[in-house]
Amino acid sequence: MTPDLFYAFTGLVLFITGLFGIIALQHLLRKLLAFNLMGSGTFLMLVGLAQHRNGTDPVVQALVLTGIVVAIAATALALVLIRRYYHLAGRVSLERDATDEGRP
Amino acid sequence: MKCRGLVSLLLLCAALGWVLVYSLWSIAFNPVGGSLPEQVSKAMADSGVDHPITAVLLNFRSYDTLLEIGVLVIAAIAGISMARLPSLEDPAFRTHDALLDALQRWFVPLMWLVAGYLVWAGAHQPGGAFQAGAVLAATGVLMRLGGMPMGFLQPGYLLRAGLILGFAVFLLVALVTAVVGDAFLAYPAGTAKYLILLIELFLTLSIAMVLLSLFVAAPVNDAPESQEGHQ
Repeated sequence: MTPDLFYAFTGLVLFITGLFGIIALQHLLRKLLAFNLMGSGTFLMLVGLAQHRNGTDPVVQALVLTGIVVAIAATALALVLIRRYYHLAGRVSLERDATDEGRP
Repeated sequence: MKCRGLVSLLLLCAALGWVLVYSLWSIAFNPVGGSLPEQVSKAMADSGVDHPITAVLLNFRSYDTLLEIGVLVIAAIAGISMARLPSLEDPAFRTHDALLDALQRWFVPLMWLVAGYLVWAGAHQPGGAFQAGAVLAATGVLMRLGGMPMGFLQPGYLLRAGLILGFAVFLLVALVTAVVGDAFLAYPAGTAKYLILLIELFLTLSIAMVLLSLFVAAPVNDAPESQEGHQ
């Protein structure tokens, strides 16, 4: 098991953690963080696998760099949307349930 | 009921995790023909730059980068239209802190210098438009937090031009190469270096504008928001 493969498997764990989070968590900000975790996991998997196979791979690195920039823009847009939703609806989660108000 | 749902979700995630572990393992240890790094290093001489990642980003796969800046511009426009503010640059948001002010006088020019260096360095070492754009955007965030006036963030031609400039220049180069040259985004031999530098310079500006306007677009004051919500 090379360090590069270890990166790939770390990315896998991050992806699964994020997937669990995005379904299980109610708070929209937490969902967004979980979504970002999934994205970071995917990037790690891509880079790790490619490096394990044939060393530093500029194609995959460029792809991931593009992905990171898009992910930042998407996160910022999601934050703007969440803030707007909070201002209009006064809620931080999509469903109205009892645990909504108690969460920080 | 909720507990049972959580447990089944955990089980589902664990199952998916094992499927992914298995596929990752089989991808990692099964040989496939062809190596992308080899192909890239073979084509490096024609790319016009010395750094393989920049070559992939702005020459071999420049289509991706063109679409990426398109996505960024769309995100910025959506973000700005969500912000119900009369102006993105409001004097009421400015703070006046003597220490921050003094610090900025040193930091802002230095950060501009770093951004400029990063664009130039992208041709032969890690760096490039996106890193430089991020530094430039961070400078803008610092300027905004420190209360420096930034008139260009007011809705108007300057903001629109700044947002669209990178995409427009990139698209223009693509169209010109399509009409005059061989194909969409296939740079003519010998001009690749200059075209890439031109695109990167404008990309840096636009990326910084996009990131900064998305940062600024998050509504800050509550008063007009709640009024509008009741209408």
